[in-house]
Amino acid sequence: MQFRIVKKAEIGKKKRALIFLGSIFAALFVSGLFLAFLKLNPFQVYIAMLQGSLGSAYRIEQTIIYAIPLLITSLGVAIAFKMKFWNIGAEGQILMGAFLASYFALNYSHLPRPLLLLIMFLAGFVGGALWGIIPALFKTKWGTNETIITLMMNYVALKWVVYLQYGPWKDPNASGFPRIANFAESAVLPELMGVHVGWIIAVLLTILVYFFLNKSKKGFEIAVLGESVNTARYAGVNIFSTVVLAMVLSGGICGIVGFIEASAVEQTLTKDITGGVGFTAIITAWLGALKPQWIVLASTLFAILIQGSSYIQSAFGVSTYSAQLLEAIVLFFVLGSDFFTRYKLIIDCPILSRIKESGK
Amino acid sequence: MADRSVHVAMKNITKTFGSVIATDHMNLEVEKGEIHALLGENGAGKSTLMNMLSGIYIPDSGQIFIDGRETRVTSPRDALKAGVGMIHQHFKLVEVLTSLENILLGYKTGLFVKKKDQKVKLQRLMERFQLDVDLDRYVYDMSVGEKQTLEILKTLYRGARILILDEPTAVLTPQETLKLFKIMRRMKEQDCSVIFISHKMNEVMEIADRITVLRKGQTIATLKKESTNPQELTELMVGRPVDLSIKRVPRVSDKVVFQVKHLTAENEEKVEVLKDISFNMVQGEILGVAGIAGSGQKELCEALAGLYPIKKGEILFKGEDLAGKSPKEFITRGISMSFIPEDRLGMGLVANMDMVDNILLKQYHHSKGIGVKRKPAAAKAREIIKKLEIHTPGIREPIKNLSGGNIQKVLLGRELDSHPELLITAYPVRGLDINTCLKIYDILNEEKKKGVAILYIAEDLDSLLGLCDRIMVISNGEITGIVDARQATKEQLGLMMLGNKEVDHAV
Repeated sequence: MQFRIVKKAEIGKKKRALIFLGSIFAALFVSGLFLAFLKLNPFQVYIAMLQGSLGSAYRIEQTIIYAIPLLITSLGVAIAFKMKFWNIGAEGQILMGAFLASYFALNYSHLPRPLLLLIMFLAGFVGGALWGIIPALFKTKWGTNETIITLMMNYVALKWVVYLQYGPWKDPNASGFPRIANFAESAVLPELMGVHVGWIIAVLLTILVYFFLNKSKKGFEIAVLGESVNTARYAGVNIFSTVVLAMVLSGGICGIVGFIEASAVEQTLTKDITGGVGFTAIITAWLGALKPQWIVLASTLFAILIQGSSYIQSAFGVSTYSAQLLEAIVLFFVLGSDFFTRYKLIIDCPILSRIKESGK
Repeated sequence: MADRSVHVAMKNITKTFGSVIATDHMNLEVEKGEIHALLGENGAGKSTLMNMLSGIYIPDSGQIFIDGRETRVTSPRDALKAGVGMIHQHFKLVEVLTSLENILLGYKTGLFVKKKDQKVKLQRLMERFQLDVDLDRYVYDMSVGEKQTLEILKTLYRGARILILDEPTAVLTPQETLKLFKIMRRMKEQDCSVIFISHKMNEVMEIADRITVLRKGQTIATLKKESTNPQELTELMVGRPVDLSIKRVPRVSDKVVFQVKHLTAENEEKVEVLKDISFNMVQGEILGVAGIAGSGQKELCEALAGLYPIKKGEILFKGEDLAGKSPKEFITRGISMSFIPEDRLGMGLVANMDMVDNILLKQYHHSKGIGVKRKPAAAKAREIIKKLEIHTPGIREPIKNLSGGNIQKVLLGRELDSHPELLITAYPVRGLDINTCLKIYDILNEEKKKGVAILYIAEDLDSLLGLCDRIMVISNGEITGIVDARQATKEQLGLMMLGNKEVDHAV
């Protein structure tokens, strides 16, 4: 008996959805075994996870609050990924956006709230965009590897914020505690229907990015460039300006996340403002196949998973690590299922094939 | 199967892909020690049939006999065990390894390989088949012909006695083709069988013993070479009488639209790849460019489309110097360049995108606003499919799923559709069957009648002599002469391609 892996032809949407659903069930089954091993009833745990993330208005709000930065960051990196520009610097872009927005929040709190928030929004975009332009320039001018540069720039941004937090921006009224002062009321995003208005920004950005990628000239050029630089040149695409623009948008959108999180969630600037969303977004962007409409779904499901698993920690006394293991099992199966959309496993077994033939 | 001389027999082979029947009860018999040509148009099922013999596809029904025994071939490994090896159009070699390493790669099991022993074995094999491969040479240093010889050696070493060559000459220079034919004849002497897929009629007539003609998934006939002729084969292939001659349309105007003056360009290593190129083109003429592969054709095409940096010289289009302008400016002025590279997809098309987006690629500059308009592009796509008889499941199908010939038609159709005033087209019929070639010549003549100036770069001298008004010969980046196509001979062009300057300039 022999196993072989064979490349599949393109498969239809229906089949793809089936494989996806199958992977979810497989994940639930395997994590069920794990839960049974912990002497827990898997069905109760799964129901509790749903209750914990969607069981009440408050919990839904919390899930949405987690989904907002994940969704926007995924949209940001998706633009770069569409161009095959591996922007893994969303963390840094978020931090720099948050930094620049915080600068205005801390120093211009006397401005009227709508004006200040607008300035902060733009500052967030600019901060992230600047952090996005640098690797774009390096790549177009000197052919540097953007993966390394964007990754390294995360640490530069992080250390910069840490420096501010422990140094010049430290709040003198925090009794020596290394934190930056809370924003004034005028620098905090208001709420609408129980959740800060970041959700409106997220919805608008999803629509905008959708139209940008699918219907605009620049979006089209980005896609062509991602497929082949030579073809893009041949078609008259200006490589330099396209790469720079894509990274301004990619970094800028991530920078907006920094603004939203600093203003609405933390209401100050901290070094932990990203919550690792810059890396998680890479997963959700790919899970959503770099398509805004699917990224919304992927980010929401991911937020449900995270919220649910943090709920069962308190409800069932499951350790953080066990909860994280459940998250990991789900991710493993969902991401791994991609293999089956592209390849199929063939089992060569002489006896089986003989039986099959005699059956005919 | 009493007849011992039958090496391979394929009976009633059927294979479907979705709703498309690729091969419909096909039959093929190859005798021991013969060169058997498979002839058919693009999409006739030649490659599919051979992919089933070599274990890449598995037939839905039908039987395969090798040496008289029924054989189940479910993988290339099975096929090699049975003695069948296939040389694909795209070589499967690792560039950064030597010939020897490529041959041994993934074949010998066990922890250590005794390179010395294998080398001796390979030397013996090379002597037997008169193959010339430098075993210590790196693949990236090799020419296309050398790589092909290496592929043949690799396949023979792995035990193949029936060799399938899938359009082997499509990528070769005429000299390399002669060399390949020598190897094929030698294999025949050694009692091996060769299956030769091609649609170049003259090559088939030169090398094959028997010819099996396929059309639209069916075997039409198997003929002895002596008892047939190109005309009959073409008619069998196409299914109706065909006029094989290329028509030349008279020129309508004398107005010069395009002038190139002292064009010089260097490559990255500062070597001059275009040397002082000067020529004129008038409205509605086809200027052919002949030359040995790699004489500067690609650089010339790219330079004339704004894609290759120019060191000095002028490119005057309707009096305006375009040298140094961006590719976009060339496109918006009505200059179209289409270059069909050896792999057919290198430049101009996006494999993962569908026809609509590929057509959009040349249109979106012209539309106003920041949005792209896919509706007109979709309409164009349907029009081009109809006009050029493109076989595709639909305009939304990624073009990488189309066959090579159809991909090429998409590219050409798009370029012609942009209504250029200057059409630069390199190797537009590369790899296409006769019928499609003729169709493309017709299309070029149509454009010529409309007054389009066409720069036609090709390898096939017959088509150059038949189609063009004038032929410009380049050798090593230099023009060796521009001659009148009505009076030029193949011998004259051949000499000029080798660098002999032609004194007798026509026109």
